[in-house]
Amino acid sequence: MSNDKLAYMANQIATNFRSMPEQEAIAATAEHIRLFWSPSMRAEMEGILRKPDTQLSAVARAAFTQLSTVKTK
Amino acid sequence: MTFVRDRDFGTPLRPGANTVTLRIDGRSVTVAGGTSVMAAAMQAGMSIPKLCATDMVEAFGSCRLCLVEIDGRRGTPASCTTPAEDGMVVHTQTDRLAKLRKGVMELYISDHPLDCLTCSANGDCELQDVAGAVGLRDVRYGYDGDKHRQEPKDESNPYFTFDSSKCIVCSRCVRACEEVQGTFALTIEGRGLDSKVSPGGVDFLGSECVSCGACVQACPTATLNEKSVIQMGTPTRSVVTTCAYCGVGCSFRAEMQGDRVVRMVPSKDGKANEGHSCVKGRFAWGYATHSDRIRKPMIRARISDPWREVTWEEAFAHAASEFRRIQAQYGRDSIGGITSSRCTNEEVFVLQKLIRAGFGNNNVDTCARVCHSPTGYGLKQTFGTSAGTQDFRSVEKADVVLLIGANPTDGHPVFASRLKKRLRQGAQLIVADPRRIDLVKSPHVAAAHHLQLLPGTNVALVNALAHVVVTEGLVKEDYVRERCDLEAFEHWARFIAQDQNSPEATESATGVPARELRAAARLYASGGNAAIYYGLGVTEHSQGSTTVMAMANLAMATGNIGREGVGVNPLRGQNNVQGSCDMGSFPHEFSGYRHVSDDATREMFESLWGVDLSDEPGLRIPNMLDEAVGGRFKGIYIQGEDIAQSDPNTKHVTAGLEAMECVIVHDLFLNETAKYAHVFFPGSSFLEKDGTFTNAERRINRVRKVMEPLAGLADWEVTLRFAQALGFAMKYEHPAQIMDEIARLTPTFAGVSYEKLDALGSVQWPCNDAAPLGTPIMHSERFVRGKGRFMITEFVPTDERTGPRFPLLLTTGRILSQYNVGAQTRRTANNVWHDEDVLEIHPFDAENRGVRDGDLVALASRSGEVSLRARISERMQPGVVYTTFHHPMTGANVVTTDYSDWATNCPEYKVTAVEVRRTNHLSDWQESDMESGVSLRRIAGRADAAE
Ligand code: SF4
Ligand code: SF4
Ligand code: SF4
Ligand code: FES
Repeated sequence: MSNDKLAYMANQIATNFRSMPEQEAIAATAEHIRLFWSPSMRAEMEGILRKPDTQLSAVARAAFTQLSTVKTK
Repeated sequence: MTFVRDRDFGTPLRPGANTVTLRIDGRSVTVAGGTSVMAAAMQAGMSIPKLCATDMVEAFGSCRLCLVEIDGRRGTPASCTTPAEDGMVVHTQTDRLAKLRKGVMELYISDHPLDCLTCSANGDCELQDVAGAVGLRDVRYGYDGDKHRQEPKDESNPYFTFDSSKCIVCSRCVRACEEVQGTFALTIEGRGLDSKVSPGGVDFLGSECVSCGACVQACPTATLNEKSVIQMGTPTRSVVTTCAYCGVGCSFRAEMQGDRVVRMVPSKDGKANEGHSCVKGRFAWGYATHSDRIRKPMIRARISDPWREVTWEEAFAHAASEFRRIQAQYGRDSIGGITSSRCTNEEVFVLQKLIRAGFGNNNVDTCARVCHSPTGYGLKQTFGTSAGTQDFRSVEKADVVLLIGANPTDGHPVFASRLKKRLRQGAQLIVADPRRIDLVKSPHVAAAHHLQLLPGTNVALVNALAHVVVTEGLVKEDYVRERCDLEAFEHWARFIAQDQNSPEATESATGVPARELRAAARLYASGGNAAIYYGLGVTEHSQGSTTVMAMANLAMATGNIGREGVGVNPLRGQNNVQGSCDMGSFPHEFSGYRHVSDDATREMFESLWGVDLSDEPGLRIPNMLDEAVGGRFKGIYIQGEDIAQSDPNTKHVTAGLEAMECVIVHDLFLNETAKYAHVFFPGSSFLEKDGTFTNAERRINRVRKVMEPLAGLADWEVTLRFAQALGFAMKYEHPAQIMDEIARLTPTFAGVSYEKLDALGSVQWPCNDAAPLGTPIMHSERFVRGKGRFMITEFVPTDERTGPRFPLLLTTGRILSQYNVGAQTRRTANNVWHDEDVLEIHPFDAENRGVRDGDLVALASRSGEVSLRARISERMQPGVVYTTFHHPMTGANVVTTDYSDWATNCPEYKVTAVEVRRTNHLSDWQESDMESGVSLRRIAGRADAAE
């Protein structure tokens, strides 16, 4: 799937949690992605994180980072 | 089963706690208070002659045939209009009554043609029966009272005729149309001997009639008669089954001669429909034996090759070797499948089992993805389970109905009739819809408020309703305190009370005047039992899930969950949307909505199925297509769904399909998706198999086989045989055994079995030890998740915006006579009501563009362009246009975008920025689709193969 599309989806999720305090919003976004995204989609997050020019919101980026640390632990 | 007519009690039965006991012809009879003497006698197995009474409608007392004598009363009262009373002594058969009845019958018969032997109702005519019952032997007035006889038959309706020469003016049809259907299409014109039934002075087709069949059902003579009966004769046996069209799930008696359906008659015992039907279930079943049905499996190497008919064995072997090859080459996750909301629960269950256990991944999704997946998400978050809260009967107790983004008179007609009945009794209606749907104003129904919002602003609207509730002190505090998570409530209440959610602040986004919205909110919160019913106008948005949660918040805050007359009720689209979701069709969930990462659940499945299962969510339909375009997803098994027509952004869908190496389509017809397929498994219709469907009220209804599968195998058998070819054996002799496995693995289905369904007719899940007879109303003591959870529902406008290039908003919907992509209804006479999709456009927008009614117009969005005819209509507000998607030629989804719900990826069908202009030709897509419709559907050795 294209990175832009995945980033768009992640941003959309983060936006819908934006009225929460930031840490909660990050956790909620990460949890949503864990529950509903396939491993192949999550695997692409790594690539997205590495690409600085992807339009990723701060909350979505933090959620991605959180998920990839959990995974590599 | 042999053919038996449904017993007619003459007047409606009134279930009630208090009883009365009377004596009828010497027998003691105990019935519910309020029951008529006639129904009391009928319930006790006696029968009283009658003509104007039938238990579909209230008693009328006009024919004077049902007279009885009652000790201590003067005269001979009509038993249909006389309530049974305690201690009454009734005589139904006396010499005096016999004489009176004969006299009445003589009058009827003197004015009725005596062509019984050649009459289509011969053997199924109450006039004939009653003449026999009263012992009519002669008619003193002669037989030539021919006042009606010269009237021509009205054959304009494609499914039934109206032969007024046979009419006895009992007015059962008129009352059925009013009381049961709520359309008021029929009247009695004239007086006395000149009176006659008329569909408003025009023929049936030109009238307000919606062809529901209630009048035909009610008619005691051959006056209103099914054309199929006229053509084939009366049926000889009947089998009770379930309609395969919409989520209402009406029960029908399939009335048969051998293995041919003569007619489908709604079953009075069906709890979803209680004897009513709509034009689709009642009449539009002819597609099942249409000549376009594919009856042989087919394969081809490339989609540009013609199809080659093969044996089932060859088809299974070929498909299995392809899927194995693909997995070996591209990895285990490179294939997947789509289950169908058209198929039975058992078929869905075995297909998702094949994918999870046989394919070894969770790449299973269902067409509910594109309709009600936000319902699943939203109701689970707030209430704890993914289903509507009520049974349909509950609407009889509602005082206020809030209808959001649903058009039941077209989409869920039998439920609409039940709703209209309640509205006629005085319940109030609030409609929130961009379009002036029929329920806003129709005979004897007028909405108290029509909140005509702009597409894409549901969340703002529902938030504003809740804002009024919270800020005007209308919260049911006791309820919230006892039943809901208080912390979440307080957090939510602070959020919703913010100014940004006020009706005044949201007015500019929604277009709904603040004053009207405030009045609607007050009515919902304080008008008594308030029930929310909603449809795809809620879910198919980028914030579909948020709207579902917002409605749940509103209902909890006002205490409107957990008893009759209230609730949050999704009106499901297809017959088995609820069931296909329940059965574990979503890539992240097993049956019963349990996440695949839940170890205890997964281990239970693993131990029964004897394989390891993945604990990771699989791909959803849009993700599968994206991955296909990206080159990583190569094979798909699509059962009973036409994603190339029904899913948004058609070009993207077909690009995904074209990028795959093996597409298996399992369907009745060579649909649009099959143009991109390499293997075709011919499907079986609902008449050809056993199983169950689960309707929108969680009711599990039996589907019963009335004829052999035209292609030799029922759909569940096809999946089993394909699985076997793949080396994954599933052994079931009958769908009942599949249900037994579902019950073993799914706590909410633990008490379900075919035996129970046959005994009770149907049950609503949860059905288990705690609720052995099922659960009509959910969350009555506590929410499934414990405490109801309020969710923050901030309004986030969709990214699909109008602008200079695309200044109008397109929204889509359905009409009564056609069904979804139309594959079935287009193959029936229903086309007389709708033979093409049109674009409804407001006169103001039309004039600005020089568009006249009937002009061909180009409808363009940033995704694509199609041409269709314009219809000038004031149902839409200026700036909003509307179309349906029943005809593939229209290609409405060429225009829709791939924006989708943030939580579930349910496509945003309901909002697309478009421009409309006059044109004189079809769009490029339509031209090439017509061409590919022929070139990609060739079957070797056959001249034509139509979709
Ligand atoms: S078919 Fe239905 S809508 Fe039409 S006249 Fe009969 S009862 Fe009324
Ligand atoms: S058409 Fe049938 S139901 Fe209607 S008044 Fe005539 S006989 Fe009665
Ligand atoms: S309302 Fe739905 S289930 Fe009932 S007959 Fe019509 S299409 Fe079938
Ligand atoms: S059946 Fe009672 S008056 Fe006609």
